[in-house]
Amino acid sequence: MIEINNISKWYGQFQVLADCSTRIAKGEVVVVCGPSGSGKSTLIKCVNGLESFEQGDVIVDGTSVGSPTTTLSKLRSRVGMVFQHFELFPHMSITENLTIGQIKVLGRSKDEAIQRGLKLLDRVGLRSQADKFPGQLSGGQQQRVAIARALAMDPICMLFDEPTSALDPEMINEVLDVMVELANEGMTMMVVTHEMGFARKVAHRVIFMDHGRIVEDATKDDFFGTPRSERAQLFLSKILSH
Amino acid sequence: MSFFTELDVSVIAPSLPFLWTGLKFTVTLTLIAMSGGIILGTLLALARLSPFSPLAMAASWYVNLMRSIPLLMVILWFFLIIPLITGYPMGAETSAIITFTAFEAAYYSEIMRAGIQSVPRGQVFAGQAIGMTYAQTMGHIVLPQAFRNMLPVLLTQTIILFQDTSLVYAIGAKDLLKAAEIAGKNYNRPVEMYIFAALIYFVICFSLSRLVKHLQSRIAIIR
Repeated sequence: MIEINNISKWYGQFQVLADCSTRIAKGEVVVVCGPSGSGKSTLIKCVNGLESFEQGDVIVDGTSVGSPTTTLSKLRSRVGMVFQHFELFPHMSITENLTIGQIKVLGRSKDEAIQRGLKLLDRVGLRSQADKFPGQLSGGQQQRVAIARALAMDPICMLFDEPTSALDPEMINEVLDVMVELANEGMTMMVVTHEMGFARKVAHRVIFMDHGRIVEDATKDDFFGTPRSERAQLFLSKILSH
Repeated sequence: MSFFTELDVSVIAPSLPFLWTGLKFTVTLTLIAMSGGIILGTLLALARLSPFSPLAMAASWYVNLMRSIPLLMVILWFFLIIPLITGYPMGAETSAIITFTAFEAAYYSEIMRAGIQSVPRGQVFAGQAIGMTYAQTMGHIVLPQAFRNMLPVLLTQTIILFQDTSLVYAIGAKDLLKAAEIAGKNYNRPVEMYIFAALIYFVICFSLSRLVKHLQSRIAIIR
């Protein structure tokens, strides 16, 4: 489903991504972790072309992200993305947030879009908030709406860029629950997160990054059981020690 | 005998219909220059922020040029030059409308540029991530927010524009000030007419600036 082939990226002299490669099969859930500044968010944004890269290529469902002939907007409409700071559209109601993409990008009728949107709101448990504005919801609720907004486009896979990092602790679980449910339904997911509990519960593989490199790319059991690299061991001991 | 007892306000009532036609032109000019200026200014702002550098440079030149020349000179030059270019004579009123739209676009563009930059980059990402094109992201996501954030500033600029329209007096366009001048000459009471015209300018501008204040507090709540 997603193939990342030897991509490298520089900000001027500074290399943010160094020769990163991995594959995510259909239905696979892959967690990407690592210290801040290690390039996790940049890597996941390269998958749908929100960030460009100088070398290598990313292939999503057979389409090359790096190719100049690819219409990125078309590709992105099939790849759902959830951001750290939710990024709901503050000038639109929750319903409008859920329908704008369906109407403007997929060309669905307004009625059809609203129906689909409300169904997804139901699913994330926020049907009653349909007419509110993002600013009136809690962080956890906003992030659930953001997940519903991405799902409304019927994506072939979902990218999560630190979906719980900006949330108060008591709101993290309501978001993770929605994500676990999605994973159990067989959605292909790439998740940048520090929630190791989530990784243990649903991830098939864990990727560990440091200084723009993929240091470790292992099955969940191998990663938590016997991480090969010293850097990953250190990271795990710090993150799991409390 | 004081200045005020000398004033003869009785000349104002009979000249009201004439002043009204002048005010109508002043308001029309303001409204057209405002809407045209905001539309053109938004396009200029998008051009200045575009990654295509020749376009960004051209827009930047235009804005800086307009902002570096006194408005009165622009009004005079447009009045003289446009007929030379088009080959058709043009009335002072039409010339004023074109001049003000072109001139105000430069100022509105700076406001819209700040507005566009006030919208977080994540919003652009979010629009693009659901498959929106550049135009859709701008039209549905960025510009509505930029416009809302900048509404008080846009209105303040419009108040300045409203006052500046009195400069069309220089090319003889019949605005409120010109009408007051003519009426003043007719009745040989220029002071009364100029005071009355100033009062009209004051009432309109003051009400608008109260509106700006009100909007500012409302927008602060929405955030």
